[in-house]
Amino acid sequence: MSNPFNTEQGAQVGDRLNPLVAGSGPTDRAARAPRTVQTADGRLLPTRRRRSFPRWFADTGWRHLIGVVMLVFAAFPLLYVLSASLNPTGTLVGSNQLFRVVDFSNYVELFQRPQQPYAAWFLNSLVIGLVTAAGTVFLGALAAYAFSRLRFTGRRVGLLTLLLVQMFPQLLGVVAIFLLMSGIGEIFPQVGIGTQSGLILVYLGGALGVNTYLMYGFFNTIPVSIDEAAKLDGASHAQIFFGIVLRLVAPILAVVGLLSFIGTFSEFVIASIMLTDPQTQTLAVGLYQFVSQETSRNWAIFSAGAVLAAIPVMALFLYLQKYIIGGLTAGSVK
Amino acid sequence: MTSTTPGAQQPILAPPAAPPSRPRTAARSHAQTVRGLLIKIALLGLVDAVALFAMFVLVMRESWLIFAIAAVVTVVINVIYLRPGWLPAKYLAPGVFFLAVFQIFIVGYSGYIAFTNYGDGHNSTKEDAIESIIANSLTRVPDSPAYRVTVVEQFGTYGFLVTDPDGETLLGTPDQPLEEVDAEEDSTGKAVAVTGWTSLGFGDLLANQSIVVDLSVPLSDDPNDGALRTPDGSSAYVYTSDLVYDEAADSFTDTTGGEVYVDGGDGAFVNDAGRELQPGWKIDVGFENFQRAFTNEDIRGPLLSVTLWTFAFAILSVASTFILGLFLAIVFNAPHMRGKKIYRVIMVLPYAFPGFLSALVFLGLFNEQFGFFNQVLLGGASIPWLTDPWLAKFSILFVNLWLGFPYMFLICTGALQSIPEELSEAATVDGARPWAVFRLIKFPLLLVSVAPLLISSFAFNFNNFNLIYMLTGGGPRDVAAGVDAGATDILITLVYKVAFGEGTGRDYGLASAFAILIFLIVATVSIVSFRQTKALEELN
Repeated sequence: MSNPFNTEQGAQVGDRLNPLVAGSGPTDRAARAPRTVQTADGRLLPTRRRRSFPRWFADTGWRHLIGVVMLVFAAFPLLYVLSASLNPTGTLVGSNQLFRVVDFSNYVELFQRPQQPYAAWFLNSLVIGLVTAAGTVFLGALAAYAFSRLRFTGRRVGLLTLLLVQMFPQLLGVVAIFLLMSGIGEIFPQVGIGTQSGLILVYLGGALGVNTYLMYGFFNTIPVSIDEAAKLDGASHAQIFFGIVLRLVAPILAVVGLLSFIGTFSEFVIASIMLTDPQTQTLAVGLYQFVSQETSRNWAIFSAGAVLAAIPVMALFLYLQKYIIGGLTAGSVK
Repeated sequence: MTSTTPGAQQPILAPPAAPPSRPRTAARSHAQTVRGLLIKIALLGLVDAVALFAMFVLVMRESWLIFAIAAVVTVVINVIYLRPGWLPAKYLAPGVFFLAVFQIFIVGYSGYIAFTNYGDGHNSTKEDAIESIIANSLTRVPDSPAYRVTVVEQFGTYGFLVTDPDGETLLGTPDQPLEEVDAEEDSTGKAVAVTGWTSLGFGDLLANQSIVVDLSVPLSDDPNDGALRTPDGSSAYVYTSDLVYDEAADSFTDTTGGEVYVDGGDGAFVNDAGRELQPGWKIDVGFENFQRAFTNEDIRGPLLSVTLWTFAFAILSVASTFILGLFLAIVFNAPHMRGKKIYRVIMVLPYAFPGFLSALVFLGLFNEQFGFFNQVLLGGASIPWLTDPWLAKFSILFVNLWLGFPYMFLICTGALQSIPEELSEAATVDGARPWAVFRLIKFPLLLVSVAPLLISSFAFNFNNFNLIYMLTGGGPRDVAAGVDAGATDILITLVYKVAFGEGTGRDYGLASAFAILIFLIVATVSIVSFRQTKALEELN
């Protein structure tokens, strides 16, 4: 969910992410600070070595103490689930012995349960997430370009409407969505309730509301003179948009796509009412039903499924971390 | 001397080297225009093809209103993209289309449902209810002759191609009573195929068994005449209803007992004893759902406590994650500290881990009998972390702290680093102590930049469905409540459970009324914060 309350945020992200316009934004200073500190650090090193333990502790030692506590707090549940996934006893109680045995049988079993088609869930989540992310980026970028570059009657009202619409997350209308999709399904079974294409359509309905504002702020940081120069050279509006602007705003496209993918990947409410056949379900729906039925008995296999499911999201997140954190400052996703 | 002059002039002359490349770009640009035009035509053709197919199906089903809307939308889209100019519309149309259908319409439709009795037993129109009451009470006429049938299908609608005992061929669907048709017959005189319909073979019958045995095709326009049903897909028998509908009196009469059921005004047929025939139908009930929510003791109490907990949960979640995040940001904002990067990467992990999985992992950790917390940390205690009302609330806040503190840590770190050092240096020179520097200078500045994020974090947690639903399912359940509400339910999980819950019947009307309530609360909070952040003034 992006932040609906502050229009400046998008521009700030622009400063952070866009190489063209990166000015003396906060990141710049942040990036420089450690370096200057490190040279200072190097000079200070000899004096620090001579300091006594109490002084070191009062200055930085206690910070490490808190750091270690926080490391345990943050990492423990993740280590626990990893350990449980490697534990062949398979139950919740057996999972309490951390890393006593390391064995991959749960991962093998995970893919051999016809009742819980994990491979299908995984693929469904990836496909639905990727298609939704691509669609969201495309629809959002088109709209953001119009709001940022074109002047037309109703522009202000349009922006205001977008601001208002993003106050209402789609899941509030879950009942109406269910009934609408049931109705559509009676006429067009291809996109009605129970279909993944229908689910993607519903998600795309949320595309403009959630991310256009973020993109709009970023588009505003691209100098209009670039468009104008291209126009003088005879480029059409479509060439300017697809050939020039979209390339310049690539960082925000990546952020929005990623946030949309992660959001869709974890989305449960709408997916759970739309997809009832286990073969079509997503990881969020499938894994929830799997583990909520018999938590204790299925624990190790669930853990294996959770570890595998988390890998693509965590890898993407950590890989693109600096972009996401820039984007986060403009809104929360979690 | 002379030789250097041209050399010196060369850089100045360099720009005119560009013109020769101009025609090239123009040619390329021309090629691109053609390519762009082709892509545009292809995309528009695709959209039109889908739209035409949709309109064709709508005409077949005689949904005239939706057909009209679809036709207008298709025409508008074509005009937008074929007419030169109207540039903003070209860029906005795709997104606005989805926004209009799946967000704006949804908000309005939720509002409408809130004023109906839509739900289990009240799903459709009165005509449908009458038909299904008759269909549900169908029994086979004892000496019914066998009709030979072929099951046929057209656009997902199934029907019977019937050869009646007199040898006539008839076609009908559940919505369309039997009518005479010309059909192909096989050597035994049984009608086997009709133009426009696909006959189902043996394999198709097996694959669609449940649909086929549920088909009942009325013999005539009068539902009291009965219907044909087939147990095996090849012979059908006449079934009639025990309940006879009298259209003039708008009532049902039970032929076995003689009881009369009349339209009671609440969307169902009821007899004198108050027994309702199922299903009923959907009617507008005005403010009844809201009235029930605010005056019915069984609903008002739970609704009030759920609302209070929703606010408490959202506020405490924001406060706890913010305080821990800010504290850590200050702790790790030490220039001399080593290993900050490692701390930071590991502390961000809970944030990178998909949220729904975290809730499920904690479900195991908190398990009363076998969970790690009780078994290992507390040496075999059996503390009901998720089943005691207050402990469940605590557990939820604890898990949300784990989930949310990295985000606050990241944004607070960013905000702290963007505060100019000079400010605190100046204050220190003036004799301010570190705590005063923080409290009077850094904290207010930090709050300015993170306040909007705290508000959106509040809004997010207000509807944090996944955490609550996956960790406790809203439970432990309040058994006294008239709706399926529990101690940790927030409004959005209540909406979901009332609408799609397993235990109690589905009540879409009441659920939508609750959703409208959330709309109003979120809107109020938003408008207040709009005023605070002056976001509107920045719109230009």
